[in-house]
Formats: sequence, structure tokens, C-alpha cells
Amino acid sequence: MAESQNNDAFVEFERVQKSYDGETLVVKDLNLTMPKGEFLTMLGPSGSGKTTCLMMLAGFETATHGAIKLDGVSINNIPPHKRGIGMVFQNYALFPHMTIAENLSFPLEVRKIGKSEREEKVKRALDMVEMGAFGGRRPAQLSGGQQQRIALARALVFEPELVLMDEPLGALDKQLREKMQFEITHLAHNLGITTVYVTHDQTEALTMSDRVAVFDDGRIQQLDPPDTLYEEPKNSFVAQFIGENNTLLGTVKELKGDQAVVQLDDGELIDCKPVNVSAVGDRTRVSIRPERVEFNKDRLQAGAHTLKAEVLEFIYMGDIFRTRLRVAGNDEFIVKTRNAPDQVRLQPGEQIEIGWLPQDCRALDA
Amino acid sequence: MSDTAENGPVLAADGTPLKRSLNRALRVQKTRAMLLIAPLLLFVLVSFIIPILSMLFRSVENDIVVNTLPETVPILAQWDSSTGELPSEEVYAAMARDMIKAVEAKKHTKLATRLNYEKTGIASMFRKSGRTIKKWDPEADAPFKEKFLDLHKGWGDMDVWKTIQTHSGLYTNGYFLNAIDMQKTPEGAQAQPENKQILVKLFIRTLIMSLVIMGACILLGYPIAWILANLPARQSNMLMILVLLPFWTSLLVRTSAWKVMLQQQGVINEVLVWLGLVADESRLVIINNQFGTIVAMTHILLPFMILPMYSVMQTIQPTYLRAAKSMGATNWTAFWRVYFPQSIPGIGAGSILVFILAIGYYITPEIVGGTKGVFISNRIAYHISSSLNWGLAAALGTILLVVVLILYWAYDKIVGIDNVKLG
Repeated sequence: MAESQNNDAFVEFERVQKSYDGETLVVKDLNLTMPKGEFLTMLGPSGSGKTTCLMMLAGFETATHGAIKLDGVSINNIPPHKRGIGMVFQNYALFPHMTIAENLSFPLEVRKIGKSEREEKVKRALDMVEMGAFGGRRPAQLSGGQQQRIALARALVFEPELVLMDEPLGALDKQLREKMQFEITHLAHNLGITTVYVTHDQTEALTMSDRVAVFDDGRIQQLDPPDTLYEEPKNSFVAQFIGENNTLLGTVKELKGDQAVVQLDDGELIDCKPVNVSAVGDRTRVSIRPERVEFNKDRLQAGAHTLKAEVLEFIYMGDIFRTRLRVAGNDEFIVKTRNAPDQVRLQPGEQIEIGWLPQDCRALDA
Repeated sequence: MSDTAENGPVLAADGTPLKRSLNRALRVQKTRAMLLIAPLLLFVLVSFIIPILSMLFRSVENDIVVNTLPETVPILAQWDSSTGELPSEEVYAAMARDMIKAVEAKKHTKLATRLNYEKTGIASMFRKSGRTIKKWDPEADAPFKEKFLDLHKGWGDMDVWKTIQTHSGLYTNGYFLNAIDMQKTPEGAQAQPENKQILVKLFIRTLIMSLVIMGACILLGYPIAWILANLPARQSNMLMILVLLPFWTSLLVRTSAWKVMLQQQGVINEVLVWLGLVADESRLVIINNQFGTIVAMTHILLPFMILPMYSVMQTIQPTYLRAAKSMGATNWTAFWRVYFPQSIPGIGAGSILVFILAIGYYITPEIVGGTKGVFISNRIAYHISSSLNWGLAAALGTILLVVVLILYWAYDKIVGIDNVKLG
């Protein structure tokens, strides 16, 4: 995105490194720029360094090297309570000995805001998350979803410009989680708050964010809007981690512009788009999304390479069909098709031919 | 359940009330559970509850006078001491008959000891008289009044007879009056003479010193518990061993160690003198007084404060502090407004534990307390093993128990016993 290079960067990580034990780096050379008002998600498996990054931004961990800037000012040496960053924790961290209203009033009290103004702001924040009637209750008397809303209201009540969220929906059931995803994004966009959201749930990352930073091994593997991330993964980790993915191993045979021919390990040839390969003879991991696989020859380009496949399993999932195939020695090759009236239902044992548009099939690093 | 109010009790499938049906179903389970704990219950009853009750009962029990002098007591009750005349011959005769039997059964010395608590001198009078009375015949040797008066001048003392009359009841509040520095006299309850009033002072001292020890334990224990709860498991286990180490050492050894530390030629004084902070001739007196007791007992009771605090603090998640700081609270505000309130149940539990243990402590004050630093329990021990006045010891013990129960009740009213967590 062009704006990430702009000067009006609100949050900046510059060559940030973090080590806990002085032997291994948990965060390796992190560079990240966020404009004001963006909803950015840090996504990655556990141990990938995403939570450490969040904690460094909040001020609970210090960067071993590099600078973290907020609105152009380095905050490396500013203690957490002076950063003015709102935060929502994984387990909500609502103070159990205070009522809901007291919980919300706490950040205002420590800012020495007058009583009447405090009460007004608390009321407004509670109304914002539709919890106006619960001010007198204790956190333990609320359900998980309600506690979640209160934690959100508490992080927003003192009107911070930046809000951090550390897997805030992790403890909720699926339905509630989906509902809260929408509420959080709406709230963040309506209030124009810059949000950094940490999760290991890729659906959550895709549905909520303006941009997603995929973390692995202490590095950002790819930083892009959700659609780019899903459709144009830059390496095999991102391709595997985001969404469902079929992979085939092979060697590059031909390389011309944005066209490449890959010879799979069983000798078959396929057409691909070269992404992460540089020369003929490179080992490559070819990645193709299950919903982009075609077995209807009419929809394929003329002269496209096709592969033989055997149907192993057909699973009816309501809105989609999920077919498991054996392709080039891979028994876990999945094809997803929409449950349309004219859709073919493949039977186990059937021999078919499959193919795809070259741009949907990406040759990535092995 | 809303139909219950309209249609009477809910019925089970067979028509019996659901409650009775449920009780029947649970009875087998309950019986089995009871049988399992029955041996323990029996053991506790026989070895703990019954002895305690019998000990408490001794604080009011006074049947020894009536049992030893069964004939004298009813007749003496009619004697009016305010006339200023000695009891009649009838009383002396009854006394002679009772004493002959008592001496024969060797019960008169016990009675003498009992009456001696109330009026010193009675014990020797009874013992001396006993030797002669043994040879009397209840029929042939009458009348007895003159004989008694010849035997010992005490038998002609109005006060002796008044004492016997006053303390002849089956039950007495005398021990309790003694326990609060009063005495039971023929003229009613009166204060003890000034020089014998020590017990109330001792009670108050025991309470105050226990509170001081409790306070010292809170101040010293809180930071340690905090460190224990917040260190990585390896280091905190190591520290925990250091905290528990005193438990594995004999109480006597630990207290004696304090003696070595605190005495005038002890480690602390020697070091201070060597450093030149204290002159050799004005060494600090830090043992055999209240200071010594407080120091040694704080050390000994500290683990009882640390452990409940630790177990409560362990449950306080560090994210609470982080949340508070992210909302703009300074370290101190975050601690005081968020962490401390959540740790109060641990302080409460530790305080109750330490206070109740301290109030009844005996060995440590005995060794390092001297005369100024002893507790009420040392007085109880004295009456149990030296003066053998078990009645008074029982009364003191009962008062101590009641005081603890009242404090416990007050604590429940003020803080709420639900706010006490041992883990």
C-alpha cells in the first residue's frame, strides 16, 4: 500500500529486535509503519513474536534493539502509564473487586478527571457497548461476552488514539465471537481509532482488518490487505497459514516473465505463476487454493496443462462440496465447489482431469 | 417451580412428595459417608472434645467441699456470721464426724489445698489437726467445740468458718473472679489486693503483644509473599524452602537460637559493641523482656503469615497490574488500587492464623520473655503444673477461648469471613 510509505505514520517499528535470554531473538528485525485510523492485525502461530511486539508497543517489554515511535516520537523510554494506549487483554483483566462503573471510572480517576465528567464519560462508554444497565454489577456476575464488551469500553473510555487488543475474543464461543468481530471493527472505524489486534485465528484476521501482518519465526512474512494476503501469498508459509491450500512439490522447467512450467516429482508438467522462484532448476512448492481447481475443461485456457486425479472422498457440507483427490501422489488434495443446482457430485473412485488458471497456481519457495 | 406455590409440594412419579423421595435416595449415600468418617469422629470426640469440655467444666466445679464435708455444709449454711459469734457445737460436731471420715480416706489434704487458694494457712491447719482428729471417736469424745479450739487457734477464727461457708457450693464463680483479679468473699465479689492484681494486666499485655506480632508479620511477610508469587517457579520454589525451613527445625532450637542472638553477651550486642555503635557498659537489653518475645515470636510465626498470603497472591494475575498501568496508573496506584485490595483475603487469613497462635503461645515467651514478656498462657501453665490450681487455670483458658471467639466474630462482622482465603 502506498500510504504505508507516507510521512504521517502514526505507529512505527524501526529495526526492532527482542531477546529474552540473550541467546535467541524472539523478534528479528521488525519494520512496520501504520497510518492513523488503521486496523492492523498481527497474525501468527504461538511463539511467532506477535504478542511480544504488542507488549513492546504497550511498554510492558523493552526492545533489545531498535526504536518504536508513536506519532513521530520514540517511546522506548516512556513507561506504560504515560503512553496513553488503551489495551484489551485476553482474559479481559476486569478488576474483580470493583463494580463495572468503577472499572470504567478507574482510568479517568488516575487522570484526575472531575467526578461529574467522569460519570458522564462512563455512561457514554457503557451505552456505546450497549451495557448501560450493568454499571452496578461486578465482573463475576457478567457472561464472557458481556465482560468482553466492558473490557472494550474500559480501553476506550479515556479516548486513546491507539488501542491494542491481545486475542480479546479467544475465550468466546464461535457465534459470539463472530458477532463481536463486527462490533469491534465498527466501533474502531466509527471512532477513528488506530487499532493493533493480535490473534492466531486467521478468519478473525481476514474479516476484521485493513491490513494483516503475518508473523512467523520473529519476522513479518507478509504485510498486506486480507484479499491480497489470501490470493497472492508471497511464500509458502503464508500460503499454508492463511486459508486452506493444496501444495505440490516440483522443479522449475521453464521460466518466462510471469509464466512458468513446473515438473512435478512424478514427472507431470503444470502451468504456474512464478512468485518465489528465480531460476530454472529451482525446487519449488506449488500452491493452489481448493476453490480455484477446475475439473470442467470448458473453463480452462486452451493448451493448459492438466493433471489426472482420482476421487477418494466426497463430503457434503451444505453450502459447499469438499472432494478429496489423489493428485500426483498427494492424497490430501482438496477441491471445494459451490453447491449450485448444476454442480457435479463426484463419486469416489472416479478418474477425472483437473486444471487451473496459471495465475491461481503460485510457485513458491520449497 | 412456579406451580409449586399454587399446587402444594412437588410430587415424585409415585405420588410421594419429591422432598421425601429425594431424602430417601440420599440416605444411603449419607450413611455410607458417615460410616467412613466415624472412626475419626470418635477419635476426635474421645481425645479432644471430651477432655476440653471437662477442663472447661473445672473452671466452675466446686464439689470437693460438699463431698468431703457432707454433714457440716448444710448445718454451717444456717450460721449467720454477722452476729460475730462462732458456729455452734452442732457445727463442730458435724465437722468432727466429717473430718474423721475424711482423714481416714486421706481426703482432707485435698480439701485443705482447695480452701488454701481462698485463705492461706488453712492447709497447714487441716494437716496438723488431721493427725489428732484421726484418734477421736465421734460418740465418746463429744463435745467437740473446745477440743477443736484447743487443737488449733484457726478453728476459732471467724474468717476460716466464713471461708468454708462461702465456698461450700457445688458450683462456684470464684475461679472466674480470680481470673479477672477479683475474689469471692463472704461479702460478695471484691477486687483483689493491689499487689495480687496481675491477670487482667497479663491478658491485656497478651492481646497487645499478639497484635504487635501480627502487625510485624504482615509488614515482613507481605513483600516476601509478593516476591514468592511473582518469581519464576524455580526461584520461588527455592525461596519457599527457605521460608519453610523453620518448620523443619525444632521450636525449642529456634527459640534458644534467639537467646544466643539477643542476650547481652550475644551476637547482636557483640557486633554492635565491636562496631562501636554501643558502649560496652551500656549493652542493649533485648531479651527477657517484651522486645525479645516479639522478635522471636514474629520470626517463628512468619511462615503462617506468608503461606496464606502467597497462595492468594498466586491467584492474582499479573495482567491486572498491566491493565491498570495501560490505563494510566502509576506503579503505586496500580498496586494500591488494584493489587492490594485483591490480596486482602490473604492478609486476613494470615492475620487470624498468627493472632490466634500468638495469643496462646507458651514456649517462646517462657524462654525469651523473662518476667515482663510472658503471656497469659505461661500463667495457665504455672497453675496447671506448679500451683496445681486447675480451676483457675481452666477459668483463664475459658476466658482466652471466649476472647478469641469474640474477636473472630468481630472480624466476621467487619471484614467478613468469606474474605478469608487459605488458598
